[in-house]
Amino acid sequence: MNIQKNWWKLLASLLLLYTVIMGFAGEVPARDILNETIRNLYFHVPMWFGMISLLFISVIYGIRYLNKGKAEDDIYAREAAHTGVTMGMLGLITGSLWARYTWGTWWTPDTKLNGAAITMLIYFAYFILRGSVEDEQKKARLSAVYSIFAFVMMIVFVLILPRMEDSLHPGNGGNPGFSKYDLDSKMRMVFYPAVLGWILLGVWILNVRARLAKMEEIVLNNDLEMKEL
Amino acid sequence: MMKEVSILLRKEILLESRQKHALNSLILYLVSTVFVCKLCFRAIPDPGSWNALFWIIMLFSSINAAGKSFVQDSRARFIYLYSVASPQAVIISKVLYNILLMLLLTGIGFLVYLVLLGNNPVQNMPLFLLNAFLGSIGFSAILTTMSAIASRTSNSFTLMAVLSFPLILPLLMTLIRISKNAIDGIDSSVSYKYLFVLAGINVITAVLSYLLFPYLWKD
Repeated sequence: MNIQKNWWKLLASLLLLYTVIMGFAGEVPARDILNETIRNLYFHVPMWFGMISLLFISVIYGIRYLNKGKAEDDIYAREAAHTGVTMGMLGLITGSLWARYTWGTWWTPDTKLNGAAITMLIYFAYFILRGSVEDEQKKARLSAVYSIFAFVMMIVFVLILPRMEDSLHPGNGGNPGFSKYDLDSKMRMVFYPAVLGWILLGVWILNVRARLAKMEEIVLNNDLEMKEL
Repeated sequence: MMKEVSILLRKEILLESRQKHALNSLILYLVSTVFVCKLCFRAIPDPGSWNALFWIIMLFSSINAAGKSFVQDSRARFIYLYSVASPQAVIISKVLYNILLMLLLTGIGFLVYLVLLGNNPVQNMPLFLLNAFLGSIGFSAILTTMSAIASRTSNSFTLMAVLSFPLILPLLMTLIRISKNAIDGIDSSVSYKYLFVLAGINVITAVLSYLLFPYLWKD
């Protein structure tokens, strides 16, 4: 393995190893109701950071595609959206589990939860859009336009909505966020590496998926050429 | 540029006035929906539900109306437009035309809704109307672009709704919030920040539509 090129993969592995060990075995403040579920901070919250980063990467590749029209950029945009949505689903699952033990319910119509659900809806619509266009270039162009539009609207939604209504979610509407619990900053020491580690893992997955997709395309094209011969 | 826009806009209005059945079918769709709601609900004593139902009806009618904005252009006419007009002029004229259409539909929809469902709970009517006006502009800006995307695909009708619903939610939530304030007769100054948000969403979506449309246009 070429360390100079792949150092970040090593960093991701080390950070996540650290996160898992410290996340499950490390010391956390004992709080009412939260109890041990406070450890979810290291797994649930970074999923959203990872999702937003990957969706942002997807939009950047979408813009690049519209500018240059290279098929490779579209593959990256698609795979980044796929990976981002996967992390979003993991965020929903970890959040739901946490809510079951603290709020007593799997799901509640809360603004943050609604924002997450809408993000998922937007990107499912994105995949359906991709599925309903045959022509590769047209597909890439339409989905790039939609993803730019959708990403901006999603940011607007995430910024506006929590200010309009109260929320049960930690960090909103008078509910303490994690910053109140970690005055000893022990949790911060795990949380920040966890965020970086999960984002890097997402980028790594994107990298592998995109390379696989490019290879599949090459194989497909070769097959077609063989058939023509 | 302005001239081009005004010519295209006049073309849209002229076409619409020649094929009245298209506009009439939209109005009939709206009136029938309100009537169906009337028969299902009988009366809606809760102002919150009254408000939400009104905007849901408007959402469906708007998606139905805006969904037609590119589908009806035949392929030959599209190629002709492409060769004579700039994409910017096309999107501006389509959005302006849809704004007029949405304003008309919202106006008719509100009147029919008031007449059929009775007991008008709106206490601050100027705010309610201003909100409906801004809402029509926002609906038009988002839905015209979504219609442009959907019209280039194979299942444009379903896709139009699927693509639009999640994107229109921020706008819809803001509209419902302001009109709820108008219904409860809360002083307009409380709603200023929401009106500001609404205007902001309108500007953002209009700019995005303007910038992105040229990429949808070429084939």
